[in-house]
Amino acid sequence: MLLRHTPKEIKERSALTINPAKTCQPIGAMYAALGVHKCLPHSHGSQGCCAYHRSALTRHYKEPVMAGTSSFTEGASVFGGQANLLEAINNIFTIYNPDVIAVHTTCLSETIGDDLNQIISKAKEEGKVPAGKYVIKANTPSYVGSHVTGFANMVKGIVDAFPVNTGKRTNTINIIPGYVEPSDMAEIKRIAAELGVKAIVFPDTSNVLNGPQTGKYEMYPSGGAKIADLIKAGDSAATIALGPIASGPAAKALDAKCKVPCEILNLPIGIRATDEFVDRLRILGGVCVPESIATERGQVIDVITDNQQYFAGKTAALIGDPDQLVSLAGFLTDIGIKVRHVVTGTAGKKFEKRVKDVAGGDVNVKEAGDYFYFHQLIKNEKVDIMFGNTYSKYISRDEDIPLIRFGFPIYDRTGHQYIPSAGYRGAMRLVEKILNAILDRQDRDAAEEKFELVM
Amino acid sequence: MRKIAIYGKGGIGKSTTTQNTVAGLAEMGKKVMVVGCDPKADSTRLLLGGLHQETVLDTLRNEGEDVELEDIRKPGYRNTICVESGGPEPGVGCAGRGIITSINLLEQLGAYAPKEALDYVFYDVLGDVVCGGFAMPIREGKAEEIYIVCSGEMMAMYAANNISKGIVKFAEGGTVRLGGIICNSRKVDNELAMMDAFAKKLGTQLIHFVPRDNMVQKAEINRKTVIEFDPAHVQAEEYRQLARKIDGNKMLVVPKPMTTEELESLLIEYGIAN
Repeated sequence: MLLRHTPKEIKERSALTINPAKTCQPIGAMYAALGVHKCLPHSHGSQGCCAYHRSALTRHYKEPVMAGTSSFTEGASVFGGQANLLEAINNIFTIYNPDVIAVHTTCLSETIGDDLNQIISKAKEEGKVPAGKYVIKANTPSYVGSHVTGFANMVKGIVDAFPVNTGKRTNTINIIPGYVEPSDMAEIKRIAAELGVKAIVFPDTSNVLNGPQTGKYEMYPSGGAKIADLIKAGDSAATIALGPIASGPAAKALDAKCKVPCEILNLPIGIRATDEFVDRLRILGGVCVPESIATERGQVIDVITDNQQYFAGKTAALIGDPDQLVSLAGFLTDIGIKVRHVVTGTAGKKFEKRVKDVAGGDVNVKEAGDYFYFHQLIKNEKVDIMFGNTYSKYISRDEDIPLIRFGFPIYDRTGHQYIPSAGYRGAMRLVEKILNAILDRQDRDAAEEKFELVM
Repeated sequence: MRKIAIYGKGGIGKSTTTQNTVAGLAEMGKKVMVVGCDPKADSTRLLLGGLHQETVLDTLRNEGEDVELEDIRKPGYRNTICVESGGPEPGVGCAGRGIITSINLLEQLGAYAPKEALDYVFYDVLGDVVCGGFAMPIREGKAEEIYIVCSGEMMAMYAANNISKGIVKFAEGGTVRLGGIICNSRKVDNELAMMDAFAKKLGTQLIHFVPRDNMVQKAEINRKTVIEFDPAHVQAEEYRQLARKIDGNKMLVVPKPMTTEELESLLIEYGIAN
């Protein structure tokens, strides 16, 4: 009982977070930056920040994650980090030759007030940014928001830097996939292609953080949104932003900058949310939904119908990132599972309403919550299954509730990088995981006379 | 060793008063170190006869961690030891952190060690207490006596009252106390009586009233303290008196800061509103 000290009684806490359900902004910013082809993320702060953020991503993706750091010393903290960043930009382009450096700040550089815009223009003035190369930026203090905010900020940084409105509208649709796995980004691209919609997807970490083993190390893998496409995104007919928190700010910025109208949808996790996404693509792209997509959808519905007796009335508790949780809570409700507790570490007042809209008014919902509170909710009302990242395993073990790993980070299982949970295919995977968890538990707990061969 | 910090509103004459007082103490044969805690690095100009060239932070930046005490200390008038913390140019970096860094470095290097046989350390701190860094000299018992330079002008008194609030905060958990108010006269009407009442209200004393005299400016242009520039001048004697009063001061208190209303009514009672 590793969490035996967590009491059942919930007391109002005003200033204490116990086992946070979020991490630093730069982790999200680094992840978003890796979704640009030949982009090297750069952490403007001390070395420890960068080391932790890289290792968090590496543990989750099981791929080497490269990033530079301004390596602040005591002197840099006092005099500002300009000299360090200028030297870093020069070194990075000279030695590692990326096409883009994506600079994000840290708590330290934010607090001393380094002005990235001014430093980057100085780097350009001094000729430290070669022709055709880019330095983009995002402000990511971790005492505000979470890794999801950091992701949103860097995607907005991409929009600030690249798209240009040339005045010639194309029929291309921009898709901002949200803070999802490389496998999900690939799935979102596949759906658009299957529909025959020309799409620019950014950021796109597929084939960056889920590439094949080739025996050869590539510092810049083949994936990632291409600069040429990012520039053209300013001429697209529309933008679909998936996940209001992770993708909304960038979509709005693109609308303001290049007059590309945007639609902000929930992440396409589960059937209903995927339907919305596919329907939006169909309308904006002026296409018909092909039989292949209808088949995928029908297959998931078939599995859900076939196993309805196992889902109906089961209860679930969810912890993770807001955009994911809203779609997942909706999906679980749709298949007959009662969602009881939903907690996110990311702050956002609208979260409660979004969850209750899809999962019902009597769900316990908390934004800016933590694992301790989530555990207390479960102690007060036990559930059949839990969804959460790796940190949920302690609660799962203590309360003997099956855990379905979902969200970021997942340090102790694999597959999320390669197999999507978005789209209809993703819904199929989720259904399979949920069923396995429920049925494995039923088998484990069944009395000898009730142990069934056929289920 | 007595550890003294001088605070006060920007432009009130902290550096001038500090250096003239230090000159007075030096004349009395005291061994004094002055640590300038202002990024402009002009707190020791009069003692050195010119601007200090290498500040602690410049040295740290140029030499890395490998700093020697002798790189950052400069001997000034009558063997006073002058140190400038230095800091970033306006608008960049973190001057507050700079003060923390340089005071820590001075400690590490042994600038306060018993073998230095210092009688006094003076910290001359910029303007108001703007962040934790500028409060460094009154944290952790670094300075134990604070003198606030003030005048009869409302904003100067307002700043002095604010600084007192900062002192209370650190006095609660530490050894720092307010030693008194130094009035650097601006020839405001009824200034002496008002300052005296102001100091009493704060629970402290008006330790000395320094009259305004153009000799101070004259000496400054010549990069000297009045005591060095014209030892026989009446103003030099004022600073000597201040030095003697500080040397003999036993009245160290936790101040009682006023509310803004109390402060304003004091101004109305004594001030030019009458």
